Amino acid sequence: MYPRSFEYVSPGSLDEATSVLASTEGAKVLAGGMSLLPLMKLRLFSPDVLVDIGRIPGLSSISDRGDHLAIGAMVSHAATASDSAIAEHAAALATAASWTGDVQVRNQGTTCGSIAHADIAADQPSAALALGATMVAASAGGVREIAASDFFVDTLTTALEPGEILTEIRIPKQGGASAYEKLGRRGGHTDYAVAGAAVWLDVSDGAVSSARVALTGVGAKPTLAEGVVEALVGTDGSDSAIAAASERALEGVTVLDDLFGTVEYKAHLAKVMTRRALQQAVAAAT
Amino acid sequence: MGGGVGVSTTSVLGGVVKRREDPALIRGTGLYVDDLQLPGMLHVAFVRSPYAHARVVSVDASDAEAMDGVRAVYTAADVAHLGDLVTQVAVGKLRPLLAGDKVNHLGEAVAMVVADSRYGARDAADAVDVEYDPLDPVIDLKEAASDAALVHEDMESNVLLAWEGGPWGDEEAIAATQQTIADAKGRDDTVSVSIEAVNQRLLPMPMEPRSVVADWNVGYGRFTVHSSTQIAHALAGGIAQTFGLSLTDVRCIAPEVGGGFGCKLNVYNDEILVCFASQQLGRPVKFTETRRDAAGSTIHGRGWVATATITGTGDGQILGYELDGIADMGAYSQNFTVAIPFLGLFVGAGQYSFPTHWKVACVHTHTMTTDAYRGAGRPEAAYYLERAIDAYAREIGVDPAEVRRKNFIPADQFPGAATHIGFPMDTGDYETNLDALLETAGYEDLKAERDRLRAEGRLVGLGLATYVEVCGFGPSALVDLGFSWAAYKIPSGFSGSGLVRVQADGTASVIIGTGPTGQGHQTTWAQIVSNQLGIPVENIRVSHGDTAESPLGIGTFGSRSAAVDGSATYEAANKVRAKAADLAAHLLEASADDIVFADGGAHVAGSPDQQVSWSDIATLAYQPHRLPEGMEGGLEAHAVFSPGNATWPFGSHLALVEVDGDTGDVKLLRYIAMDDCGNVINPMIVDGQIHGGLAQGIGQAMFEDGDYEADGNLLKWSFVEYPLPTSADLPSFELHRTVTPTDINPLGVKGIGEAGTIGSAQTVVNAVVDALSPLGVTHVDMPLRPKRVWAAIQAAKTNGSVS
Repeated sequence: MYPRSFEYVSPGSLDEATSVLASTEGAKVLAGGMSLLPLMKLRLFSPDVLVDIGRIPGLSSISDRGDHLAIGAMVSHAATASDSAIAEHAAALATAASWTGDVQVRNQGTTCGSIAHADIAADQPSAALALGATMVAASAGGVREIAASDFFVDTLTTALEPGEILTEIRIPKQGGASAYEKLGRRGGHTDYAVAGAAVWLDVSDGAVSSARVALTGVGAKPTLAEGVVEALVGTDGSDSAIAAASERALEGVTVLDDLFGTVEYKAHLAKVMTRRALQQAVAAAT
Repeated sequence: MGGGVGVSTTSVLGGVVKRREDPALIRGTGLYVDDLQLPGMLHVAFVRSPYAHARVVSVDASDAEAMDGVRAVYTAADVAHLGDLVTQVAVGKLRPLLAGDKVNHLGEAVAMVVADSRYGARDAADAVDVEYDPLDPVIDLKEAASDAALVHEDMESNVLLAWEGGPWGDEEAIAATQQTIADAKGRDDTVSVSIEAVNQRLLPMPMEPRSVVADWNVGYGRFTVHSSTQIAHALAGGIAQTFGLSLTDVRCIAPEVGGGFGCKLNVYNDEILVCFASQQLGRPVKFTETRRDAAGSTIHGRGWVATATITGTGDGQILGYELDGIADMGAYSQNFTVAIPFLGLFVGAGQYSFPTHWKVACVHTHTMTTDAYRGAGRPEAAYYLERAIDAYAREIGVDPAEVRRKNFIPADQFPGAATHIGFPMDTGDYETNLDALLETAGYEDLKAERDRLRAEGRLVGLGLATYVEVCGFGPSALVDLGFSWAAYKIPSGFSGSGLVRVQADGTASVIIGTGPTGQGHQTTWAQIVSNQLGIPVENIRVSHGDTAESPLGIGTFGSRSAAVDGSATYEAANKVRAKAADLAAHLLEASADDIVFADGGAHVAGSPDQQVSWSDIATLAYQPHRLPEGMEGGLEAHAVFSPGNATWPFGSHLALVEVDGDTGDVKLLRYIAMDDCGNVINPMIVDGQIHGGLAQGIGQAMFEDGDYEADGNLLKWSFVEYPLPTSADLPSFELHRTVTPTDINPLGVKGIGEAGTIGSAQTVVNAVVDALSPLGVTHVDMPLRPKRVWAAIQAAKTNGSVS
């Protein structure tokens, strides 16, 4: 558990950080380090330079900007889980953050870090996807916004370029209600997700008017379940409508097996978690 | 019954005294081996096999040797003169210190790199180029037992031996027992119920991985070795044996040890190898396991597959129990390896009196060595027995508590009761214990509640299991059964020792032969001595773990320390007390027979106002010119204790679970334990031991899986892949006790370190199977991860019967 030798830099500003990233090959951003450092200790990943963004001012707050909430790069899972604005406008993310890791991990690790790392069984990426979040990436070349639906590319791979830092994620204040459900590897909500589902939906005039559903744990990356949305929108959101829609959770997803679930089991769980999350969200939205 | 006792500072046995070691452990001022920094100390990393079975074609260390800060790279040839790893129960293939032309399990050490830093050592280890020619591994236990392919080509069979009984060893009697059971099976009024189950391999994973620092002093010709070990004296002896030194040439120190659970009850090749490196290089050398080293190259536990069969009448009278199993020894035998199933054999019939034929074959496979892991053979034995009894009870439709009660060894057979192999037991009262559990838990109400919820379609289950444990080893006569520790130059078998010294200021130093890995010896031993001398606990300091100062003791394992070394210390304290009575009598001009020890000193009975303090007494002891004629100076005593038997704790446990039928998720709602470990020295420490023990048994039932893949890979390198139970995963345990003291030691204590583990896995599995029984499920193998429980439910739904 000893990493290979690496350089460590701790820039005092975002500009400095992006310029180090731009000028240094093999540099990697370090935020909370809860995913990166174990990989380095196992020598599965050995960056030449770590750029620690922990001392850059202004990255540690959750802001209400009128039409959206912004979660800075250094906001911990614990802060995300306990923030009242997130609880009100992004309950799925608050729940996902509260079920991430353990207390120590939640205090040290960051929401943006979890999203940028894109572990296939992490909780918060699917919540960001279901909430229609926007990722803000800064580099020496400027700032760009990436829709969550374009952000997750593959296992541990996102749309971030090597020189970019995920400085914040923005969650629209879009009404409706959201929810997250999972089965953890140690049962209940503990540990990484064997399968999880995050949903956001809105209800008007007794019908589900719009929705997003995202799965985690089952495929190579967090994935939007378009088939569920197609089946659900326009229905009354009844248990039977939800159950029917949930059956389409795996359309377009290739389910992977691992130590904690066979393909058959994870496929089944994905539907169960989708159904449960949808039921919660419908109850909260009506 | 225990539990709920308020904290007091009294020193009497049976009182709660806060753990005296905790301030140092909590504040981080305790010294663990890896904290040790010696001048010029070098660091070790091992090159380990990525294959389960392969020929080692070549080892090229030239790139590594050329790296900055690399002092040496050693391979098998360099240490061939030291022989195989020194091993107590030397049955089967012994471990080479470094693999030679073949590797026989994933993670086997092929080369040792010594460098200035641990980072540099790791870098250099990665640069050693080993060419392997992979071979097919033997992993599956049944395949191994069939000898279809040999693990070691120079051995005739993979099967090392089979433990069979009882009565143990008497072939005629074994055949008669088999005939009795066969006759029972042939009767019209009996049923036979079998389950085949895996008792999966477990990785001990103590919080502190193993760590060792060896320092060869060429001037003195002496090793000083700090190691995170449960057996400092045995380690010293093992090193002495290996290097041809005397016991006084090796000083081993086990400082704070952060958990052991049996995995530090071995002399390891790395401990020998760092000694070798220190001697070669003239520098202190440290090796600290990474978590990955700990997972793959420290001993594992369990690893059995067996079929358990109960034969009995329709009303619950059991007429025979048969166990036919295979136990995984791994590729090499180490300290106790083949003896672990032997411990299971002792308690193969548990608390019951029915005819039992018990047979477990020990086989080599291409995996890491198995050895003692909390419970060691006894959890496996209890698991199969109690699962089979439940299956039988369900088959005949009789309450599982009733079936157990009907078949107990009756209390009136003690003293004099014996196990199924004819080994005498100390004390027991199983029915009282079970009744206390059922009453405390409200068993009938719980059953009614379960049935009510079940009628609503919920999958709720109750699980019951009993156990009897053999521990507190033990009689020094075990030497004659082959457990001589001779390989470690310790001829004492399993006896224990303690030394009590009253200092001139009236405080007491207690030096013991065993040391804790979390059990609280510093508190418990102070209570024992305080109770005998009346010196307050806070004036007693307990030392352990340094072979240069501590009397010979085998170590802390097998729930033996309090029963054996505690009893020795009790007797040493009594010797001190007798001498102190003479001294006090001299000071008070009275007869020693009239001296009473109380209030931190002594007085003549009836005259408490004329008190002499322990300081007065000890001062006299250290001023020989004032002593009565013929009395020696000093106030200390050493005692050795060898019990006449092991101890036999017992208990019964009950679990309430609910299964989510949609996901297979198991919720453990209540866990109620009624343990009987004889007298209790410190209820808080005993409760803590049960807490940890239950967590480890429940961990096996629900979370942990250390089995290898079919190709010999072990995909469990960290706590991501090997989930351990945490407090958040477990309910608040409901702990209760009956007290049936043992008569084989003066304290009446039996031992409690392993009981929770021995009693719990089958309790949880029985509860889950009970919950799933309306669906027709009769068995689910551990760990009861949601995927497995869900698969069992699906299979039952598909087949309409068993999973």
